[in-house]
Amino acid sequence: MPRSRKPKLAVWKFASCDGCQLSLLDCEDELLAVAGEVDIAYFLEASRAVVKGPYDLSLVEGSITTPRDAERIHKIRRASKYLVTIGACATAGGIQALRNFKDVNEFLSIVYATPAYIETLKTSTPIADHVTVDFELRGCPINKRQLLEVLSAFLHGRRPNTPPHSVCIECKRRGTVCVMVARGTPCLGPVTHAGCEALCPSYHRGCYGCFGPMETPNTASLSAWWQRLGASEEDVVRAFRGFNAYADAFRKESERHEQ
Amino acid sequence: MMGASGIQVGDVVVIERAHLERLFDALRQRGYQIVGPTVRDEAIIYDLLRSAEDLPIGWTDEQEGGYYRLKRRNDAAVFGYAVGPHSWKRFVHPPALRLWRAERTDGRFRIIEETETLPPFAFIGVRSCELHALAIQDRVFLEGAYVDPVYKARRSGAFIVAVNCGQAGGTCFCASMNTGPRVTFGFDLALTELLDAERHDFVVDVGTERGAELLGDVPYRAASDAERAAVDDLVAHTAAHMGRTMETAEIKELLYRHYEHPRWDDVARRCLTCGNCTMVCPTCFCTTVEDVTDLRGQRAERWRRWDSCFTLDFTYLAGGRVRASAKARYRQWMTHKLATWIDQFGTSGCVGCGRCITWCPVAIDITEEVRAIRESESTGSAPSPGKEQ
Repeated sequence: MPRSRKPKLAVWKFASCDGCQLSLLDCEDELLAVAGEVDIAYFLEASRAVVKGPYDLSLVEGSITTPRDAERIHKIRRASKYLVTIGACATAGGIQALRNFKDVNEFLSIVYATPAYIETLKTSTPIADHVTVDFELRGCPINKRQLLEVLSAFLHGRRPNTPPHSVCIECKRRGTVCVMVARGTPCLGPVTHAGCEALCPSYHRGCYGCFGPMETPNTASLSAWWQRLGASEEDVVRAFRGFNAYADAFRKESERHEQ
Repeated sequence: MMGASGIQVGDVVVIERAHLERLFDALRQRGYQIVGPTVRDEAIIYDLLRSAEDLPIGWTDEQEGGYYRLKRRNDAAVFGYAVGPHSWKRFVHPPALRLWRAERTDGRFRIIEETETLPPFAFIGVRSCELHALAIQDRVFLEGAYVDPVYKARRSGAFIVAVNCGQAGGTCFCASMNTGPRVTFGFDLALTELLDAERHDFVVDVGTERGAELLGDVPYRAASDAERAAVDDLVAHTAAHMGRTMETAEIKELLYRHYEHPRWDDVARRCLTCGNCTMVCPTCFCTTVEDVTDLRGQRAERWRRWDSCFTLDFTYLAGGRVRASAKARYRQWMTHKLATWIDQFGTSGCVGCGRCITWCPVAIDITEEVRAIRESESTGSAPSPGKEQ
């Protein structure tokens, strides 16, 4: 398709480990094709060269944890035609959202020598809690094939194929034997959003829920079964308090077992 | 008609265990890729086999709702287990399939058709319930207004070595569904394993001329009356030890009377809407179609993937999802399987293999759900038929 100019892409970082941005650099074979189709205008992890906004597509990694970032995300939104969040931090608050269940000042006093220097919010929250988000890509980290799919879909004006059903469907399509049924290994796959291509069960491990809740998660039923397999209340709390602890369905389930 | 082997369709012969490899050799020589049960990842699954030694020799399984364990047997039985997590569906109706590709050249869109040339399959160890499942899928893919070319190519050339079940699994109920355990149709050869301290043989029913011809390369002898009787006894014993039962009398009418039964709410509380039951079901055939493009917009592909009536996208139409609740989705699946399927295809969609029970992560049991609804009629706890709640 002839374009008058290439779309401008920006990649932004908030509270995160950089792993999702790295997925873009990790595209290796496809990276040149990406660079050929978009103008990488702002991507500090890859280049210091910065092109001023506005941007056609902003990929946002990380959660909002400081007053400064709570301001900054609004500027980015205003400068972006489309805003896509990438990864569990940006879509659910990330592992750092564990602070949301406790008093953050207690952590500060334990972790930092001079807590007074730290300016932070009480909570770690997803980007969509602050600004309108056009599309959320799940995962901790995101799957690079899904990232390329989102970029391709954006470039050609179609809906990305990132199905919100369970991980189980991915397991079954690839022929992986269910670790919960055949080994009694507790697995979050039935309540977790697909997208990782059922990685952990293919290595005989239960799903950790890296992609957050699937479309209609019945967490209560799964927890009850986990407990029949021998999991304690504490185990259930810990399982749902992972990278997507603050995603609504997972948060409610862990809170239910904490009482 | 007499085959080259001197065997006719309908004959019953005996092959010694030691000569099972000859059967594999004969299939390989005829160009088949052999698929059958083998042990992998703590289960008996279906995969390509190099030799008869790849079969789950001396293994069995223990199955219950949401429970499967691979176990050692105290003998060297080759087919001493029930069906596992895979079905033949994954070979005749692949889980993910590219339907076509397209390229943009000189501003034009050119479709490149897929040309799949696979050697024919030989399926080893196909159980009676699975032959019924294949027959049901045949009606879906081959006998309707539109024939599925991929299914047709993969299915029509397949050589079927069936097996009569020597034992029933914990979630089996083929006897209730009239789909087993005895193999009655749809096979080239049907094996029954006879194993005790003195012997290890296979009684072989010859189902087709192709099967008779193959036996020309395998040492065999005629079966005695005692051996034929042993097959009958074995199958009768299996039929009498089903792990589950389902009363199917007027099941269609029963379910049609109870679209608003409170049991649907009960099962919806347990159902994970994960889709496992549909994935393991040997007759569930639904797919979704995904179009993908490359970054440059020069190439496109259309893929077909197994889908499930338990996903929300499955009933996504303009304006929303038709079956948004778990209740609606479970009811749709079970009612289709056991009732509306009969109207649609002339048979039940359930063959009693028990996979949906074993592989449901929370042990939802289709036989229990039917029983609960049926028993509520006799105990008077069912809501009055036809009344909306």
